[in-house]
Amino acid sequence: MNQMTNFTKGFFKENPVFVMLLGMCPALAVTNSAINGLGMGLATTFVLVMSNFVIALIKNLIPSKVRIPTFIVVIASFVTIVDLSMAGFVPALHEQLGIFIPLIVVNCVVLGRAEAFASKNTIGSSIIDGLGMGLGFALALTMLGAVREIFGNYSVFGYKFIQADGILVFILSPGAFIALGFLIALINQFTKKA
Amino acid sequence: MEYIIIIIGTVLVSNIVLANFLGICPFLGVSGKLTTASGMSGAVLFVMTVATIITWLIQNYILDPFGLGFLQTISFILVIASLVQVVEIILKKVSPPLYQALGVFLPLITTNCAILGVALLTIQKEFTLVEGTIYAIGNSLGFALALILFAGLREHLELMDVPKGMRGMPIALVVAGILSLAFMGFANLVSI
Repeated sequence: MNQMTNFTKGFFKENPVFVMLLGMCPALAVTNSAINGLGMGLATTFVLVMSNFVIALIKNLIPSKVRIPTFIVVIASFVTIVDLSMAGFVPALHEQLGIFIPLIVVNCVVLGRAEAFASKNTIGSSIIDGLGMGLGFALALTMLGAVREIFGNYSVFGYKFIQADGILVFILSPGAFIALGFLIALINQFTKKA
Repeated sequence: MEYIIIIIGTVLVSNIVLANFLGICPFLGVSGKLTTASGMSGAVLFVMTVATIITWLIQNYILDPFGLGFLQTISFILVIASLVQVVEIILKKVSPPLYQALGVFLPLITTNCAILGVALLTIQKEFTLVEGTIYAIGNSLGFALALILFAGLREHLELMDVPKGMRGMPIALVVAGILSLAFMGFANLVSI
């Protein structure tokens, strides 16, 4: 596979949220505004790239029986780095995302890419795969966050375009399920022919 | 009395799946049939309660006294992963029928964010050991309630005539949203 398709497959064709339905917990929980979705997406991207890199580096040293625990330890180390750095540099965002930062450890996207891609491919293509998948995840979260913010608060990235109260339900938890359901339906309508 | 409030609070008011968005993967993944949904709920009840007790002990007797708070995420996920393995081995020996019932769901639980989430929330809310245990039981009951209700709804959904683009996951997500809306009726009943 050439590197360009390897990079771009995460955006639409194999988008983790819209197509593969992985990593749904953070996708639903933190997307009450576009900026939260973007922050969560970028944090996950960092973990994905770094864990893919390290796992591709050490893949020949890991006995296959203990590979899953090894992957989890590698991922958990990078999640701890992200957690502490965000608490230090962007405390407001860290406060908003709360418990979902440490929960990146159990995000199926990260473990899924480690198992399905990084443990079988070279370091270079693993990094590109991690970057593409991570940015695809970030894109999906930002889109979902933007939709919920537009309807729920009449604003985009904090910029309010109608001075009124929005449709509150989109900011609350039911809105997350409904907005994601309709976004996936829209994408299915355009992509699936059958 | 406060224990009853914790149970009501976790099952109905801030339901772990529908209000806190933890454990969405199994909620969407194994809710196709009622039998698998109840099997998964049983496995979660068991592992979540034991995992919360063990992680609470680790936090309060190992990590806090030695100032190792930064190891929280790593140690908790390792405890949960190995606990799932141990539970699987013990069940296989001690109770083969229970193992048969829960077997396939046990490995899936390692990546169920509800388990790690509840373990972390118990520490964050500074519960005592008993409160934490009740909190874990309440949350797993809430998980079971949401999962079984949703599985029942999805069995009916199979027979519905749904527009092409909405078939499968999209309509399931919209139904989950409506279920979540119904649970919002319990808001402010009690607060924990």
